[in-house]
Amino acid sequence: MSALLDVEGLEVGFGSRTSAVRGISLTVERGETHCLVGESGCGKSVTALAVMNLLARGSHRTARRMTFQGEDLLKLNDRGMARLRGNAMAMIFQEPMTSLNPAYTVGSQMTEVLRRHKGASQRAATDRAADLLARVGITAPGLRLGQFPHQLSGGLRQRVMIAMALMCDPQLLIADEPTTALDVTVQAQILRLLAELQRDLGLGVLLITHDLGIVARVATRVSVMYAGEVVESAATAQLFADPRHPYTKGLLRCVPVPGKQRQDEPLGSIPGTVPRIGPGFAGCAFRERCDFADETCAHIIPRHAASPGHDYLCRLTA
Amino acid sequence: MFNFLIRRLVVAALVAATVMTLAFILTRLSGDLATSIAGPNATQADIEAIRLAYGLDRPVLSQFFDWVGRALTGDLGESYFFKARVSTLIAERMPVTLTLGLTGLVIALVVSLPLGILAAVRENTGLDRVVQMVALFGQAMPSFWLGLILMITLGLNLGWLPISGTGSWQHFVMPGIVLAFSAIPALTRLTRAGMIQAMGSDYIRTARAKGLSRASILLKHALRNAAIPVVAIAAVQLGFMLGGSIVIEQVFALHGVGFLAWESIGKNDFPVVQAVVLVLAVIYVALTMVADLMNAVLDPRLRGP
Ligand SMILES: Nc1ncnc2c1ncn2[C@@H]1O[C@H](COP(=O)(O)OP(=O)(O)OP(=O)(O)O)[C@@H](O)[C@H]1O
Ligand code: SF4
Ligand SMILES: [Mg+2]
Repeated sequence: MSALLDVEGLEVGFGSRTSAVRGISLTVERGETHCLVGESGCGKSVTALAVMNLLARGSHRTARRMTFQGEDLLKLNDRGMARLRGNAMAMIFQEPMTSLNPAYTVGSQMTEVLRRHKGASQRAATDRAADLLARVGITAPGLRLGQFPHQLSGGLRQRVMIAMALMCDPQLLIADEPTTALDVTVQAQILRLLAELQRDLGLGVLLITHDLGIVARVATRVSVMYAGEVVESAATAQLFADPRHPYTKGLLRCVPVPGKQRQDEPLGSIPGTVPRIGPGFAGCAFRERCDFADETCAHIIPRHAASPGHDYLCRLTA
Repeated sequence: MFNFLIRRLVVAALVAATVMTLAFILTRLSGDLATSIAGPNATQADIEAIRLAYGLDRPVLSQFFDWVGRALTGDLGESYFFKARVSTLIAERMPVTLTLGLTGLVIALVVSLPLGILAAVRENTGLDRVVQMVALFGQAMPSFWLGLILMITLGLNLGWLPISGTGSWQHFVMPGIVLAFSAIPALTRLTRAGMIQAMGSDYIRTARAKGLSRASILLKHALRNAAIPVVAIAAVQLGFMLGGSIVIEQVFALHGVGFLAWESIGKNDFPVVQAVVLVLAVIYVALTMVADLMNAVLDPRLRGP
C-alpha cells in the first residue's frame, strides 16, 4: 500500500527571488508521526501549506509527485482540494490568535465543517464539537461553543483549532506548532489524544515543532530542514543515536534526555544566520556556518544513505 | 454597551444643539427678516406690524431660546407662507424624501457590494481597474447633470421612466439612481478594500483549510467582516442623500422635504428653513447611531467581553 502522504521534489518560490522550499521529499504513513524540525524561516510552514495548497498569492509550487491516499494532489482543482480539506486532511495553523473568524462563535465555526463534509445535522455537529472540546481539555464546552474568539485566551483558541481540525476524523493531520500556547499538562493531554487517534483510526500526523522533547516523545520519523531542504531524515531513535549531518549534530548538541529537558528550550543554537536563497543557488546552504566546510561544499552535494531509511545531504561520508 | 450608548447620546445632543444654533444664525444673516417677509411693495407700517406679529422686535437671544424651547417640545412653529404648522408640513413631505433616500441607498448597495467583491476577487486585473475607473468617474459627476442626462435618455428618448412627479414607484427610480451615484464610489472602494483585507487574513485561510465552498468563504466568512465599515459608511451616506435631496427633488419635481426647503428659502419662510435643517440634522445624527449599533451587531468584539 502506498504511503498516506507522499511528496517528492517539492519546490516553492515567492516571486522570482526567494526559494523557500527546494526539492523536499517526505512521506507520512498511516498511524505515524513525522516531525519536521529546523530553525525559524527554514520553510516548515511553507511545506505544510504547500501540501494543503493553501499558500499565499504570489507563490509558485511545483513537485515531481504529491499524492494523498494514492490520489494525485497536483491534478486536483480547487473543488477537488476542498473535498479533502478539513475532511480527510486537516491542518492546525501556527497562528492560533488570528486563525478563527472574529465574527462567528466557536460553535458555528466548528460545526460547519462537519455539516459540510458529512452532512451532519446542527444538533449532531454541536454534540461532536462539545465532545472534542472536552477531549482537548476544555472545561464547560457548552459555554465555549457559544463564545466568540475574542472571548478566548490564546491557549483556548489553539485548542479550539485542534478540536476543529479533528471534527471530521481526518486521515492526515498537519499540525504546525500546535501546542506552543499550552501548558505542559494540557500539551501532554493533546499529545495523548493524538496518539489515541493514531492507534484507533490510523491517523497520520505531520508535526512541526521546535520542541525536541516532543520530537523524542512522539515522533516515528524526523526530518531536519535547513534553508528549504531536508538535510537529514531518519527514524527518531536512529536520528538521535547517530546524527550524520553537521547541522543535525549542532541541533542535538544540547539534546535533552526525553522528558527531562526544560520547557520551550530552543533548538541548539549554532552561530551565524541562514543565507538568503534564490533560484540558481548551488552547493551546501550550511557551508557558511559549518565547521567541516571546504571548497567542495560549494558544488553539488550528494545525498547519502547512512542506513536504509536514514539519509542526509552532505559531502561527508562518515 | 450601556456606557457606549450614553456617550453616543451626549454627542448627538451636542451636535443637535450646534446645528440649531447654526440654523438660527444663518436665517438671521440674510438681512432684515421683517422687510423680506413683507415683500417689495410693503409700507414701513406693514413691516413694523410684521415685526411685532412675529416677535422679531425682541432681542435675538430671547428669540433663539424661545425657538429652542419650543423645538424641544416638538413645536417647530408656524410657516409664514403656508399658514400651517411646520411640523405638519414636514411630516407630509417626509415620506417622499425618505422613500427617495432609501431607494438611493438600496440601489447604491446593490451596485457597490457586487462590484467591490468582484474587484477584490479579481484584484489587480483589468476588471479590477475598470471597476475603480467607474467608481472614480461616478465621483466626478455632478448630480444635477447626471439627472438631466438620465431624464433625456431614459425619460424622453426611451420613454421607460416618468421624468417628474411622485405618482408611482417608477418616479423614484431615476432620482434614486442619481442619488446612488454619489454613494457608489465610496461604498465600492470600501467593499473592495475590506474584501481584499479579509481574503488575505488567517481566518479565511482557515475557512479554505476546512474545505468550505467558495460562496461560503466569500460571502459568509469574508464579506461579514468586510461589511462592518461598509454598513457604517452606508448609514452616513444615507444622511448625505437626504441632504442631497434638496437638489435632486428640484430636478425631478419631487415634493419632499428638500423641495419644501428650497421653496421656503426663496420665500424667506425662516421657521420652515430652520426646522428642515434641524430635522435633517437630527436624522443624520440618528443614522450615525444606527450605524454604530449595526456595527456592534456585526462585530462581536464591540459588544464587549
Ligand atoms: N507569503 C510569503 N511571501 C514571501 N515569502 C514568504 C512567505 N511565506 C513565507 N515566506 C518565506 O519563506 C521562508 C520559509 O518560511 P516558513 O514560514 O516556512 O518558515 P518556518 O520554518 O515555518 O519558520 P518558523 O519556525 O518561524 O515558523 C521564509 O524565508 C519566509 O520569509
Ligand atoms: S556539505 Fe560541507 S558545508 Fe555542508 S554540511 Fe557537509 S561539510 Fe558542512
Ligand atoms: Mg512556521
